[in-house]
Amino acid sequence: MTDTAQVAGIVGRGNEAGARLFREWFQQLSAAAEEGRGAAYVFVMGSLAELLRVFDFPIVFPEINSLQAAVRRVAHEYLNEAENYGYSPDICGYVKADVAVQLRGGTHPMGKIPKPALAVATNACNTYIKWGEIWERMYGIPLFTLDVPGSRGAGLASPPGSADFEQDRRYVEAQLRELITLCERVSGRPFDIDRLREHMGHANTLSAGWRRVLELNRSRPAVFNALSDGTIYLGVANGFRGAPEGAAFFRDLVEEMTYKAEHGIGTAIAEQWRLLFVGVPCYPIFRRFSELFTDWGGVFVHSTYLWFASGGANLGFTYDLTRPLESLAEGVLLGVRDAMDSMFFQTPALAEMIDTHRADGVVYHPIKSCRTVSTGLADTRRALMALRDVPSLFVESDMMDRRVVSEAQMKNRIDAFFEGLATRRHQGAAAAL
Amino acid sequence: MATVFPEWQGQPLEEILYRCRALVEDADFPTVQRWREAGGKVVGHFQVYFPEEIAEAGGLLSFKVRGAPVETVHADSHFGSYLCSIIKTSLELALSGRVGLDLFVTHPICDAARNLAGVWGRNVPYPCRILYLPQNPNSAAAARYLRDEYNRLRGVLEEIAGRPITDADLRRAIGVFNENRALLRRLYALKRERPWLIPADEAYVLLAVGGLVPRTEHNALLRAVLPLLETRSTPKQDKIRVILEGGFCEQPPLDLISAIARSCYVVDDDLLIGLRWLVADVPQEGDPLGNLATAYLEHSAHSPVQHDLRKPKERMLLERLDQAGAQAAILMSAKMCEPGLEELVVHTRALDQRGVRYFVSEFEENMTSFDQLEIQLETFVENLLFD
Repeated sequence: MTDTAQVAGIVGRGNEAGARLFREWFQQLSAAAEEGRGAAYVFVMGSLAELLRVFDFPIVFPEINSLQAAVRRVAHEYLNEAENYGYSPDICGYVKADVAVQLRGGTHPMGKIPKPALAVATNACNTYIKWGEIWERMYGIPLFTLDVPGSRGAGLASPPGSADFEQDRRYVEAQLRELITLCERVSGRPFDIDRLREHMGHANTLSAGWRRVLELNRSRPAVFNALSDGTIYLGVANGFRGAPEGAAFFRDLVEEMTYKAEHGIGTAIAEQWRLLFVGVPCYPIFRRFSELFTDWGGVFVHSTYLWFASGGANLGFTYDLTRPLESLAEGVLLGVRDAMDSMFFQTPALAEMIDTHRADGVVYHPIKSCRTVSTGLADTRRALMALRDVPSLFVESDMMDRRVVSEAQMKNRIDAFFEGLATRRHQGAAAAL
Repeated sequence: MATVFPEWQGQPLEEILYRCRALVEDADFPTVQRWREAGGKVVGHFQVYFPEEIAEAGGLLSFKVRGAPVETVHADSHFGSYLCSIIKTSLELALSGRVGLDLFVTHPICDAARNLAGVWGRNVPYPCRILYLPQNPNSAAAARYLRDEYNRLRGVLEEIAGRPITDADLRRAIGVFNENRALLRRLYALKRERPWLIPADEAYVLLAVGGLVPRTEHNALLRAVLPLLETRSTPKQDKIRVILEGGFCEQPPLDLISAIARSCYVVDDDLLIGLRWLVADVPQEGDPLGNLATAYLEHSAHSPVQHDLRKPKERMLLERLDQAGAQAAILMSAKMCEPGLEELVVHTRALDQRGVRYFVSEFEENMTSFDQLEIQLETFVENLLFD
């Protein structure tokens, strides 16, 4: 195969395949809704999709549904409907968009969302649990709260094998066994441990691929934009966890990104500035938000979003298929705990990321909707700036609510940030002469 | 250890209540200062519930961190815009030096609060820890997990105390808290049965003192005050009986509670519910940590930040209403409090279905003007009285 042919066949296929998989996924959900099949409603931080697939539940990620509504610029319609129902403007926009989807009988811009048969929420985000309570009331379905203890303080994550870790792992495993019993009851299907092994094997491939893809973005130029391209890959990492399509996607994506790294192929723009993104993207103006940076040659080479919103899949944890339940508990504990750590105790990891990815700047984007992610960002910014001499930008908006997104104001701040980066680079070059 | 709140001793009832109010409103938290000046160690624990018995067993003062009506001069730059007040003012107490602690513990009760250990830990010299109380209390494994978690906490507290915390220490502390629980039940029974003897604001300050002083001192205060309240000669008035919901974390300003008390008899509430979280005596015999864990899971109150399949929020609200014999409900939420705001939807629908009248409002601990709210509340009450 010639280089040209390889470029034509490899480069860009991850984005195309990701979009196709998403369309197919929502087509399948629409079909499930039409057939009246009850879905498993789950969340990105600890979805347990590999376990729920054993019972053939259609998997619904309401967070993804909500952000898709925002990307398609109709979120405000859903938010208004939920607020008219009684929900405050000051709560999570994802929740409100989903409430409106449910009030509309599952109607969503990408298709029809099946009703839940059960919901599984980890404690990685408290709103997950409050959100699940809404479905409990609407549908009378069981909400299973999988309680995953996090680190008890900065730098205090108990290492696997320690007594403290085993205490937590044992608690998670016991809950997983209870969840299996619940799934059997709700689905009417017996638990099949070999099918669990199969889905965990797919999750292993996906997680290893995700980790490798993130590592490959250390390349210069970066092989993907962590804000725009990364969000597509993240969607597949969540929506297709434990599925053969997800494993195949990440095998191909690793091949694509490796090829790009080896051939010095970057993103669609000429990379001028390597940036880190901390927070959640601005989905109501997603494309424009990205362009505000790429127009200056800014490429996001990494993002904490790709850690926590993948539920810790970035660790690349490999399940031990010879002892699936014990290993599932260990993997869920490590993954969800890492997701929490990357929100609450992110500073050391960000400092390391600045070094490994040779970042020129850090962009913090706290959002009104999500206090889990946003509450500590101003403080972690202070802490990071004390550790590394790297410029940062702090710009607030939202992931759903365009009422708190001021594009003009945002552009002014972003333009000033890049001007500052340029001045700094010029001063550095002058000083080196 | 010296008494940290002696001012009430030997005083008549009205003076005691005045002194308690002054202490609760004092944003310099003098009892904490006095305890530390006497060489004592202090454990600050954020809302809602903390197993204070373990700290008491180690001879530590457990201080309930629940914000304060202070300006967030130091804390503002550590947070973003869309946040409830208590998160910011609690950090302000630490950064401004108003409150000195030896350990800070928080439980991830909400999305904002779960960030606190990280933020505090980056800005204060003492250790900051997260206590992961079980958020799946319906799991058969929760009791053992929590017992182990309490044992882990015991180890942390032993380091602060500089001595072991024995099972005998724990049993003694459980005894102190059992007495406190009984006295608080008596206070709330009085609110319920003869509310004209104890207005909401007075009951509140008597309760809130418990988060500021050793529980042995709180017990002495309540032992002295309750008989005085029970024999008070306050005449009964024509006020409606209400329950007040929304005070599980950030606290409404005391003046707001006073304003409500001028219009209504508050016959039950969830103000500082963590101080009354365990609703029955905890056994002193057997494994004390196991007993505390079981009590948390099996004999406890409810709040918007705990999901328990046995405690659906609508039912718990209506039970509180019925058990208190209330005619109406005042539903409040702190501004930007996500769990509180979400609960309002649930509560209003439950009350609508039952046909119970309710008053809804948001508050902030730093509010200083209540005129408008008081007028609205009076209108609500008049509508009920003349309905």
